[in-house]
Amino acid sequence: MSRAVTPARKTINTVLAWTVALILFFPILWTVLTSFKPEPVAVASPPVFLNFDWTLKNYYDVERQRDYFDYFLNSVIISLGSTVLGLVLAVPAAWSMAFVPGRRTKDLLMWMLSTKMMPAVGVLVPIYLIFRTLGLLDSRIGLTVVLMLINLPIIVWMLYTYFREIPGEILEAARMDGATLSSEIIYVLTPMALPGIASTFLLNVILAWNEAFWTINLTVTDAAPLTKFIAGFSSPQGLFYAKLSAASTMAIAPILVLGWFSQRQLVRGLTFGAVK
Amino acid sequence: MGQITLSGVAKRFGEAQVIPPLDLEIQDGEFVVFVGPSGCGKSTLLRLIAGLEDTTGGRIIIDGRDATGVSPAQRGLAMVFQSYALYPHMSVRSNIAFPLRMAGLPKAEQDRKVEAAAKVLNLTSYLDRRPGQLSGGQRQRVAIGRAIVREPSAFLFDEPLSNLDAALRVGMRMEISELHEKLRTTMIYVTHDQVEAMTMADKIVVLNAGRIEQVGSPLDLYRSPRNIFVAGFIGSPKMNLISGPEAQRFGAHTIGIRPEHISVHPTMGEWRGIVGVSEHLGSDTFFHVQETGLGAALTVRAGGEVSLHHGDTVFLTPEPDKIHRFDQSGLRL
Repeated sequence: MSRAVTPARKTINTVLAWTVALILFFPILWTVLTSFKPEPVAVASPPVFLNFDWTLKNYYDVERQRDYFDYFLNSVIISLGSTVLGLVLAVPAAWSMAFVPGRRTKDLLMWMLSTKMMPAVGVLVPIYLIFRTLGLLDSRIGLTVVLMLINLPIIVWMLYTYFREIPGEILEAARMDGATLSSEIIYVLTPMALPGIASTFLLNVILAWNEAFWTINLTVTDAAPLTKFIAGFSSPQGLFYAKLSAASTMAIAPILVLGWFSQRQLVRGLTFGAVK
Repeated sequence: MGQITLSGVAKRFGEAQVIPPLDLEIQDGEFVVFVGPSGCGKSTLLRLIAGLEDTTGGRIIIDGRDATGVSPAQRGLAMVFQSYALYPHMSVRSNIAFPLRMAGLPKAEQDRKVEAAAKVLNLTSYLDRRPGQLSGGQRQRVAIGRAIVREPSAFLFDEPLSNLDAALRVGMRMEISELHEKLRTTMIYVTHDQVEAMTMADKIVVLNAGRIEQVGSPLDLYRSPRNIFVAGFIGSPKMNLISGPEAQRFGAHTIGIRPEHISVHPTMGEWRGIVGVSEHLGSDTFFHVQETGLGAALTVRAGGEVSLHHGDTVFLTPEPDKIHRFDQSGLRL
């Protein structure tokens, strides 16, 4: 039975939806607004909303103090690298779990996911020591590997869910048609799971881009990504809200743009299989 | 060539013995139908032959070569699945060409073979479409096309017509039979529909709980079923089975008589009964006759013009030489 939607109810729903959206978006909006304020206005009480002298000075200062593009480039390399590496490992793993499950496959999946429940700081010391021994501290390769490892459970889980939607008979048909395991994955499975793979890719780029714990703890300068760039403005010389906001805006802008353009793909991927 | 020999082939899933060791000989060019009720192991047996399942015992010999441990692609067989199993992201052309592409054939050769298969299956004008844009029948033809281009030594069909509507099923049934006539390649066809089995097969293999109950031509099975299971499974409507004193009169534990071998008369005959449900098919009428005193209701086939009503008393007479006799263990006497 469908519920009648009266104009009044529609208005209330719309207002509610906008309110919730605004509450969620407000911190980002406030950060962006603060980035255009002179430093004294940024800390003014009561806070000034729109009525101030808009300035780009914070952006100039931030860019002059630290080279934004070095950090940006590191973020791009680390997030794309860890996601691609993760997919290369996760596609065969998810294939085997989805199409030739063993008795313990479910347990294995749960165990993989459980590693995400552990506080990261719990393994910081061993990983730090291993990285120091291997000379991977403050290196892009080290960070790519560590971000790939922490996001791998999510990549495998997502791909496993998508692969489960693909009828096994199609892969059997490919096998009958003479496809080797690798051709089966490359020519049949991957193209069929492309929407799922794409949304997994996007989500993991976002997760890796935003990851702060490992990127801040395992880098100094050479491999430091944008998270380190932001953190750099909050410690040594005291807190500069406007500059910090400018740095944050510069750090989140690329991922916001990516998210905006791929939102359709993301939503489709995240609800894949939920509705026919 | 397409001679397939199963020797002691068995399959277990964990503790469950799905296929007890069985032997079967399939000659080159034969159209063999595996038929049986749901869960009887017919699809599993086909998948064992295809190599999609591993045997847990016995040997599968294809054209004199032991293929038991050989991968599906290396067995030289092609399979058509119930769900068509087409590659949804490829055009019809790419679907049909896929096995050729996997075999590394030159592009020109692939195109030539695809065009030829499309011509045979009336798919030429659909070659650039995606499977999603085709009807069920067309999709099944694409699946067959993909099998044909491989020029396999045998075709394996796993309930290929189950997803089609009744009218289309009859048409496709004839197309597949026609194809067999044209290619004369061995075909193994799995179905639970005994009409498909009777109309298409050179040889029917009746399976029950993984065991082969009987192997023979459709008419052999119809005329001389080896046991009660085959007697009941082959023929539509089912054979009437009568046990007790009436069977003993014929020197058997159970007797069977097909609906088409019983004549109906309003006033005289061997068995008396009351007409229950009547099914009018136009050409034939099936009467379900109850209260026969035989311990079972009987189904009788009469001509389309015979008119009897619910509750009418009728007399039934079986054709004596068409009575099948079975012993206590259900075997034919």
